[in-house]
Amino acid sequence: MAYKDEKLNEEKVFKDPVHRYVHIRDRVIWDLVGAPEFQRLRRIKQLGTSYLTFHGAEHSRFNHSLGVYEIVRRIIHNFEDRPNWDPNERLLCLCAALLHDLGHGPFSHSFEKVFKLDHEDFTQEILLGDTKINAILSKVENGFPKKVADVINKTYHNKLVVSLISSQIDADRMDYLQRDAYFTGVSYGHFDMERILRVMRPMEDQVVIKESGMHAVEDYIMSRYQMYWQVYFHPVTRSAEVILSKILHRAKELHETGYEFSLKPTHFLSFFKEKPTLKEYLELDEAVAMYYFQIWINEQDPILSDLCERFVNRRLFKYIEFNPNLQMNEWMELYRLFNKAGLNPDYYLVVDSSSDLPYDFYRPGEEEERLPIHLLMPNQELKELSRQSEIVESISGKKRTDHKLYFPLDRLEEMSNRSKTKKRILEILYG
Amino acid sequence: MLENHAKLMHFFASSDEIIGRKKLQKIIYILKKCDVPFEDRYQFHFYGPYSEELTLRIEELCNLGFINETREEKKNYYQYRYRLTDAGKDFLNHYQVEFPDIGEPVAKMKEKSSRFLELVSTMLYFEHLPREEVEEKVFTVKSKQNYSEEEIEEAWGFIEEIRHTTH
Repeated sequence: MAYKDEKLNEEKVFKDPVHRYVHIRDRVIWDLVGAPEFQRLRRIKQLGTSYLTFHGAEHSRFNHSLGVYEIVRRIIHNFEDRPNWDPNERLLCLCAALLHDLGHGPFSHSFEKVFKLDHEDFTQEILLGDTKINAILSKVENGFPKKVADVINKTYHNKLVVSLISSQIDADRMDYLQRDAYFTGVSYGHFDMERILRVMRPMEDQVVIKESGMHAVEDYIMSRYQMYWQVYFHPVTRSAEVILSKILHRAKELHETGYEFSLKPTHFLSFFKEKPTLKEYLELDEAVAMYYFQIWINEQDPILSDLCERFVNRRLFKYIEFNPNLQMNEWMELYRLFNKAGLNPDYYLVVDSSSDLPYDFYRPGEEEERLPIHLLMPNQELKELSRQSEIVESISGKKRTDHKLYFPLDRLEEMSNRSKTKKRILEILYG
Repeated sequence: MLENHAKLMHFFASSDEIIGRKKLQKIIYILKKCDVPFEDRYQFHFYGPYSEELTLRIEELCNLGFINETREEKKNYYQYRYRLTDAGKDFLNHYQVEFPDIGEPVAKMKEKSSRFLELVSTMLYFEHLPREEVEEKVFTVKSKQNYSEEEIEEAWGFIEEIRHTTH
């Protein structure tokens, strides 16, 4: 029997708190799960620094990847025998779903920003390079790794296949919303996924939703909106991200100026220079990064040491709301005062904006900006979701953005009460 | 602070007015591919390269009053126009950021249709591939757009021209 058709003698199941069970019958999928590049995802947290806000949020990209695979498996099961669905694409969809996050690095967001990396490039490299994952996919058929890479890169010719993994209502989002809600313990993020799966219909180049399922999709859109503001963009998590970014900036700056670290930061060296090789990239997971942060607490450099101590022991920056238009002069004065107070403003006075953590709100796709969610009407016509749903229209029409100013209040409080600098800083910050 | 926002405001200062969200997305992508230092991250989407980061930054600039967005109802859709406000100009006067002169390439791109810019940006997305493969990719991922050989030829010429004007 060809490798691509090989089935396990008995179905393997993973117990899963979100989907109850993840079912694996294909030999290929089972082998991929066992590959070291996939097992590495156990050591990358799904929500980065959110565990410092929501103590339960310690789940990994491994959990999520299995969840996305399971959702796609169920969608495909529902699609069997429906028009527009090509059953020959089944294994490709399952592999792409399982492997879509393969290139994520430690604390992806901050690392990518500071070192100007893109995890999607590394996903492609893992799929197409000299890796165990590539060896397994290559056994399926010639060119199969490239097909999986194209689906994940959204450049595969069959757009229906792409839309299962990546569209405005896809398996990726349906898993992470529910999983993140479960592990953070919040009550948002829940929606009737079973209902959505039942009303999904394959069309030529996208998945659409039967009009009768509109209310289930409204719930899904609402949960996306609420999870963003309540979990993903939580101000305390943003404070942790700010500190983490500053740690990485400081370590890089010190390295570039010839500073002698007490422990040579071997795993970071290639990140400091240019783009790390795939091997170097894969070797730096979150456990390794946290090891360095712990060690750097004892570094001679007071800024690196302080920032690491803050991150490891959750001594985060405080924040105030900030309007860069109305408060530009105040910001410039604060910058001067922080310098005077001996607090380097490049590390201790940080403006963080909502665009620093992009999260895709539902977009109705006006002017072909991006493909919206389409409802399949009883007369077989397609209608854009927000044109039919007032709830979705009100959310997608609202442009809520936000800017916060982060700073170490504890360091300011330590200053003498007679200090005019302290008095003025606090006056500007708190009025 | 707000360095990436300031770069976008410089862009609007050089462009007078941009009509259309799709056009805006593609122009910034093309400039980025010509080494203009925008940092907005793009992914390939149904209509070619698209940046959610850019969309959010524009929304922030509108909410801050630095950019004015107007919406016009057309026959079957809405069209958006973007222009730098006086408050935006003020901010730029206070905020010095090194930025190249992009007036000429922006003017050239504004003259083109968003369909053509979608083609150009898609070709640039695949530019790491050999020329024949880029064209093959365009025919595969943009099959619905039915781009002609002539349009693709014109796009190659346009890419060269834009690269020339940004250096």
